[in-house]
Amino acid sequence: MTNDKQLGLAGTVAGLGLAIGGLAFGAFLSQRRKGGDDDAPFYTRKSTDSDNAVLGRTVTIRKPRAELYAFWRDFGNLPKFMENVETIRNEGDHRVWVIKAPAGQTVEIKTEVCEDVEGKRIAWRSVEGSDIETSGSVEFADAPGDRGTRVSLVMSYDPPAGNLGRAIAKLFQREPEVQARHDLKRFKGLMETGEIATSAHRKENTRAAKQQEKET
Amino acid sequence: MRALTWHGTHDVRVDTVDDPEIINSRDAIIEVTSTAICGSDLHLYDGVIPGVLPGDVLGHEFMGRVVETGSDSTLEKGQRVVVPFTISCGGCFHCQIQQFSACENSNPAEKQDMSAKLYGHSMAALFGYSHMTGGYSGGQAEYVRVPYSDVGPIVIPDHLDDDKVLFLSDILPTGWMAAENAEIQPDDTVAVWGCGPVGLFAIQSAIVMGASKVIAIDHYPNRLALAKQLGAEVIDFRKTNVREALMEMSGGIGVDAVIDAVGMESHGFAIDNIVDVVKQKVGMGADRASALKQAILAVRPGGRVSIPGVYGGITDKFPLGALMEKGLQIRSGQTHVQRYTKDLLEKIEDGTLDTTFLISHRLPLEDAACGYECFRTEQDSWTKVVLKPGMDMPAAN
Ligand SMILES: NC(=O)c1ccc[n+]([C@@H]2O[C@H](COP(=O)([O-])OP(=O)(O)OC[C@H]3O[C@@H](n4cnc5c(N)ncnc54)[C@H](O)[C@@H]3O)[C@@H](O)[C@H]2O)c1
Ligand SMILES: [Zn+2]
Ligand SMILES: [Zn+2]
Repeated sequence: MTNDKQLGLAGTVAGLGLAIGGLAFGAFLSQRRKGGDDDAPFYTRKSTDSDNAVLGRTVTIRKPRAELYAFWRDFGNLPKFMENVETIRNEGDHRVWVIKAPAGQTVEIKTEVCEDVEGKRIAWRSVEGSDIETSGSVEFADAPGDRGTRVSLVMSYDPPAGNLGRAIAKLFQREPEVQARHDLKRFKGLMETGEIATSAHRKENTRAAKQQEKET
Repeated sequence: MRALTWHGTHDVRVDTVDDPEIINSRDAIIEVTSTAICGSDLHLYDGVIPGVLPGDVLGHEFMGRVVETGSDSTLEKGQRVVVPFTISCGGCFHCQIQQFSACENSNPAEKQDMSAKLYGHSMAALFGYSHMTGGYSGGQAEYVRVPYSDVGPIVIPDHLDDDKVLFLSDILPTGWMAAENAEIQPDDTVAVWGCGPVGLFAIQSAIVMGASKVIAIDHYPNRLALAKQLGAEVIDFRKTNVREALMEMSGGIGVDAVIDAVGMESHGFAIDNIVDVVKQKVGMGADRASALKQAILAVRPGGRVSIPGVYGGITDKFPLGALMEKGLQIRSGQTHVQRYTKDLLEKIEDGTLDTTFLISHRLPLEDAACGYECFRTEQDSWTKVVLKPGMDMPAAN
């Protein structure tokens, strides 16, 4: 993975979006937040409209909020737990994330950060000229007592529209939600244990090694 | 290396497989000196636990010598260690509150979905078990990769033989936690279903915790004799009406606490048990829970139900009304092994607990397949099998 300290945040999150299976088409979250009478997160609502898919997940990580935010903000770190992210490059104000696809193919996504609240919240969206449109946010909130931090990831996407989207979805053969959940769990594991859990019993059998093998 | 691998129901073989290696920095590699076959392994052998794949290396009760350490392991080469069967990271919420078997990180993210669907939450990882619990290679092998080696394994002083400490890996803490979960008070009568290794250790623990009477239930004469030797009164469920006997033996009050050390493959010919056998066979996954159902009816109102016996799916005709109307308390779970190892090692050292009385057979690892078959079919005389990878082929037992 190339060094990407100076690349900024946008791609990060987009990368996650894509790691998620990516293929998102941005329905903005603000629209989705309307309605509902109870206190449950909006994305847990039983939805009747099938146009947009919204996914949200929370994990509690036994680490201070500031530390988790800082780790996420330094997006050179993120490929450590995002399985599908290959590289990130700088293009002006934007970041271009290159996402792995099978058979050596890649998908690109260009993003900008639309919100960055120190220690609390990062939101992003893709800009015009991206292969794919996506938006999402990650939030950090103190958990009760010494339980650490609640980290919530929310993504919004349309089921992939157009031929490209469908082709990519087929290639990935992964539901965005599954990928997001796994990436978030890996983030938690990495922060709490310093490593990504694997039940492989030799290095060449880890998922990371197998993925690399597939590409070459 | 050589290792016992699963190939299907009642088909396990000792094969040559790749040696493990260090992957993460907290890993260690253990050269196994002793490893046991557990009642839980029989559930895999009988094919009633989902998510086991051909080629998987089984075994979750093992100990040995440290032969390699990752840069963040706190172990040293040459140390003798017993390894808990529950794989726990030490850093998550559940590990911090000592609920190690609910560790949130040891089961790799991509393996968590199956148990999350089935149980509402993903399960922690276990050695040598189902891919639902991580699919980690197990200890019935010459070598094992042990993750989080800085928090799990307990170092054993040289003067304690393998046979004395091996069961710290699982069944001793399991029996102990089963008794703890029964919240035993000094004047209590406690009934234990199943006189396998788990039941026997639960009986011994209940007595150490001060129960006034422990009643053991099984149908194998030799296993019942071992229970009696520990100080329990015994009931042979093939010959005696268990519930009636328990009422009489507890002075008409009912036993104060019950322990189900049988699990999902309970024997018995009650009609619903037979139906459950059939469902299990056709993969409908109904657990056979006849011992547990009997225990729930036998325990006194306000009593405690402790379930160390393993269940994996769902069951029919559960006496829910008895549970509610009698105001019972239920506690269960895979054992939080790391919570108990230190204390129990002391109790082994000072002689409070005897751990070797139940070992019936010591075999070379090469004979593991036969060990499985005999442990399954000749339960009466085969109470506990210990495999020794270093042992010469003609069993020196
Ligand atoms: N909770 C844990 O962490 C944990 C750990 C280890 C084992 N276990 C489980 O504990 C259970 C027992 O393990 P084990 O190694 O002692 O197994 P085992 O198979 O050696 O012993 C089970 C005993 O139960 C007896 N039994 C069967 N049906 C009975 C009935 N209806 N009434 C009374 N007794 C009956 C059998 O005759 C046998 O002696 C298994 O389910 C195992 O998976 C749980
Ligand atoms: Zn066991
Ligand atoms: Zn943990």
